[in-house]
Amino acid sequence: MARTLYDKLWDSHVVREEADGTALLYIDRHLVHEVTSPQAYEGLALAGRKPWRVSSVVATADHNTPTKDWHRGIEDPISRMQVETLDQNIRAHGAKAYFPFLHKHQGIVHVIGPEQGATLPGMTVVCGDSHTSTHGAFAALAFGIGTSEVEHVLATQCLIMKKAKSMLIRVDGRLPAGVTAKDLVLAIIGRIGTAGGTGHAIEFAGEAIRALSMEGRMTVCNMAIEAGARAGMVAADQRTIDYVKGRPFAPTGAMWDRAVAHWRTLVSDDGARYDTTHVFAAAAVRPQVTWGTSPEMVAAIDERVPDPDRERDATRREGIARALAYMGLTPNTPMTDIRIDKVFIGSCTNSRIEDLRQAAAVVRGRRVAGSVKLALVVPGSGLVKAQAEAEGLDRVFRDAGFEWREPGCSMCLAMNDDRLAPGERCASTSNRNFEGRQGAGGRTHLVSPAMAAAAAVAGHFVDVRRLY
Amino acid sequence: MQPFRVHSGIVAPLDRANVDTDAIIPKQFLKSIKRSGFGPNLFDEWRYLDHGEPGMDHTKRPHNPQFVLNDPRYARASILLARRNFGCGSSREHAPWALADFGFRALIAPSYADIFHNNCYKNGLLPIVLPESQVDRLFADTYAFPGFQLTIDLERQVVATVDGALAFGFDVEPFRKHCLLNGLDDIGLTLQHADTIQEFEAKRLAEQPWLV
Repeated sequence: MARTLYDKLWDSHVVREEADGTALLYIDRHLVHEVTSPQAYEGLALAGRKPWRVSSVVATADHNTPTKDWHRGIEDPISRMQVETLDQNIRAHGAKAYFPFLHKHQGIVHVIGPEQGATLPGMTVVCGDSHTSTHGAFAALAFGIGTSEVEHVLATQCLIMKKAKSMLIRVDGRLPAGVTAKDLVLAIIGRIGTAGGTGHAIEFAGEAIRALSMEGRMTVCNMAIEAGARAGMVAADQRTIDYVKGRPFAPTGAMWDRAVAHWRTLVSDDGARYDTTHVFAAAAVRPQVTWGTSPEMVAAIDERVPDPDRERDATRREGIARALAYMGLTPNTPMTDIRIDKVFIGSCTNSRIEDLRQAAAVVRGRRVAGSVKLALVVPGSGLVKAQAEAEGLDRVFRDAGFEWREPGCSMCLAMNDDRLAPGERCASTSNRNFEGRQGAGGRTHLVSPAMAAAAAVAGHFVDVRRLY
Repeated sequence: MQPFRVHSGIVAPLDRANVDTDAIIPKQFLKSIKRSGFGPNLFDEWRYLDHGEPGMDHTKRPHNPQFVLNDPRYARASILLARRNFGCGSSREHAPWALADFGFRALIAPSYADIFHNNCYKNGLLPIVLPESQVDRLFADTYAFPGFQLTIDLERQVVATVDGALAFGFDVEPFRKHCLLNGLDDIGLTLQHADTIQEFEAKRLAEQPWLV
């Protein structure tokens, strides 16, 4: 029978299955960071258990780490204690690889996994972080888990799960020039909603997805969780294989050839059936900007802030009104009239080299608007930072008035010092515009790196296609 | 884990959709390396008028009188009534830890985000799904009757008013029900299959040695 990519990934990892479909699923790669692991290691110790397979663990500190003045260490004592607890846990138990704070390969866990070749096609990849869906770009089954499950994977190398339903999101045609993977995924979430993918594993397919770089596919899969799906994935192709080749933990020699032969099978069979299918036309996608406090509250740059009075569903109407009150926006305002205070280019969604190149292309030869208080570029990893500097992108950003920072999660969730003050409005390349996400009272508008760069230069949102 | 069999308690209504885990427990409290003590910071940004940071004495902080959990009617609530897609966003298990630490034993909503839903079961918190119309009815009754209580019987899979006048059945996966009724530790159960896991792993790593 024709199988989907998800069927193949699922079937190949089922250790055993109960009559009701509850399965034990084997986990190949376990990514660990400092925020969601301390209680898991503690639970392991309290029960007198040991990690099942240490070579599955790849760890880094990213959420709490500062993005400047690294010579001063981590000044917040509670953040420092959490990072040091990870150091101790990895020292005590071991890992395949650990990229601690200050290491030159340290970075956001979802950037360094693929970058190191620690994420490989056909794997199950888990992490105590919802954006683990990112790794599905490599034809892997990758999803976020809670801390109890982190402990469960450490102790047993498995998870207790039921198979999700399958969803195909097929994007036909090509994205117009100046429209990126971020715009596409925001447009998808805008249509299917933040609960549209709940209970599903999403496969992104179609000509527009095939045409995306691996960085672009990671951006799309990263935000599958913002559509409610724990896992997003893209079938393997030559681009997948080319990206993995030569990475530190990728196989080599004869083993490489064997691996590639297997990876080429990681596609959905012709005629495979999905529980749900959505079809999008890439040509119709325009640059996107969110206006509310949920990623589904999104509009194209040439549209206006919605009017709650036009919404018939009561819960939705109240949701829009509440979001606009929080965001300090008036109904029917053109998106291009929204002025910003800060700009954040970074996060596991958009901090890879291609993202920085796209932003730099807009910024080159221009200046950050005088009304913008702070414009930050936070590379996803030490390697991304080094690559960008080798290409001179840091100069482009600095010359324009951006700050060029050290890698980490930074102002995506503001666990470190990078944050919005109450009422401040930010053009952000991150993934969540929830209330308080970037700092209590802060107002987040999600955009692509190019759109964030354009907003930085203009001082308000603007269609980046006019700046090229 | 604390078993869940039958629970009766006061219902608190949280009348908004898409409540995310950042709202349930803001990021600054995620710096703790413990599993307990998150209750005072549940819904921190909605519950207090000042900005909360770890280590603050919450008894001295100004409460937001507009927030439902600050209404004395719901001070002792143990069942949270919510709207669709509750618990979306971040995978932080601190969200169910905070809800349980506050005193909630069960949630009722038309839908939950997947990771949050899963995390609840690991912490003895029962996330009940009821159709939108039944949730609407419970919201109306909660508002109408001060002290409105429900009784949840997990074995029978029924939510009912204390007098039994109103009763709704709900679904729960048999495995999860079994674990919750008996307060079972997942890891212990899985390790009963350690031999099967070892066998599977040996075969897998022999066939795909690049995965080691």
